[in-house]
Amino acid sequence: MSVFLQLFWEFFKTGLFAIGGGMATLPFLQDIGETTGWYTYGELMNMLAVSESTPGPIGINMATYVGFTVGSAQGGPLLGVLGGVIATLGEVAPSIIVILIIAAMLKKFRDSRYVQMAFYGLRPASTGLIAAACVTVVLEVLTNVALLDPAGGSIVNGFQLPEGQGLFVWKGLALAAVLLVLTHGPKRVKDLHPIVFIALSAVVGVVFHFAGA
Amino acid sequence: MKELWDLFWTFAKMGAVTFGGGMAMLPILQREVVDKRHWTTEEEMVDYYAIGQCTPGIIAVNTATFVGQKRRGVAGGIVATLGLVFPSLVIITILAGLITNFSHLAWVQDAFAGIQVCVCILIFNAVLKLFKSSVVDKRTAAIFVAVLVGSVMLSLSPVWFVLISAAAGIALKTLEGRAAR
Repeated sequence: MSVFLQLFWEFFKTGLFAIGGGMATLPFLQDIGETTGWYTYGELMNMLAVSESTPGPIGINMATYVGFTVGSAQGGPLLGVLGGVIATLGEVAPSIIVILIIAAMLKKFRDSRYVQMAFYGLRPASTGLIAAACVTVVLEVLTNVALLDPAGGSIVNGFQLPEGQGLFVWKGLALAAVLLVLTHGPKRVKDLHPIVFIALSAVVGVVFHFAGA
Repeated sequence: MKELWDLFWTFAKMGAVTFGGGMAMLPILQREVVDKRHWTTEEEMVDYYAIGQCTPGIIAVNTATFVGQKRRGVAGGIVATLGLVFPSLVIITILAGLITNFSHLAWVQDAFAGIQVCVCILIFNAVLKLFKSSVVDKRTAAIFVAVLVGSVMLSLSPVWFVLISAAAGIALKTLEGRAAR
């Protein structure tokens, strides 16, 4: 199957099953990276950071970015643009279809008992999926633990403790602690736009050589 | 035609100026769509938002489709959504191209290593916020834990967790209804 067809299909699935906004697409994007090998965890984290720091809905920004990355790997920036457009259209297509159907029977949908019952189970599940994504991201960024799953996503195949380096990335943990305090601090600080914290972290990363080279 | 263009342009402007996704967009939607253009009423907007949050996909996209649909039917829904995503496509494509060209520089790698730590915290905070609104009793807590553990331990597509938990929600609520009777 052509990569672009697959790209559309993967993002169509993401748009159809990710419920609750942009961040809910993250577990699906992780899954796509794992099963296709199109991008690594680290790359996905970078894409998420850029998507949070630019205008527009986060979910759309990530779809465009992933699509661009996959497309340009096929042969240059022009195919990248095509990939970005295809992934974004794939992600919004289910929304358009579902909303157009619901709009036609708005009142029925709102009052449906079955819809409300399903969402009683769906909401905590969506939160659980994002929490799981958070766990793997924390393992990846703040520890030196290597997952043995060839795709990198789950600990089903066990994991490997680091050799010759500590278990934790101490510089990263220190920054994480500071950010955690700031984002739960006084209202004036915690209500700052995420871009402020992202920019601060970038500066800290450069000053303290976070990439470790 | 003029109205379709208006829809595209209005939502493109909103896509270009909102940072931070769906929730950040609500006040701007209220100002542009309800107060300035009278395309929908305040109550309709609240309904669209509530449904947009609990239906598949990006909240802002769902709301844009609703508003467009109300004005100009199916074509309106599609055009409003395309308008909303248009700025993202342009901005992200340009940035992605630039970053690819500079990603080999040591300081760029250091910066992104720092940013990744921040992303961890942003995801963690998003989980905390969602946790408070979605885990409301023991059973939703059980679903949360089961999905969290299952998703970390197994190489299973998230799609399955979504389908199973929707079924679980219906089953649990049905049992509850029977017990009450």
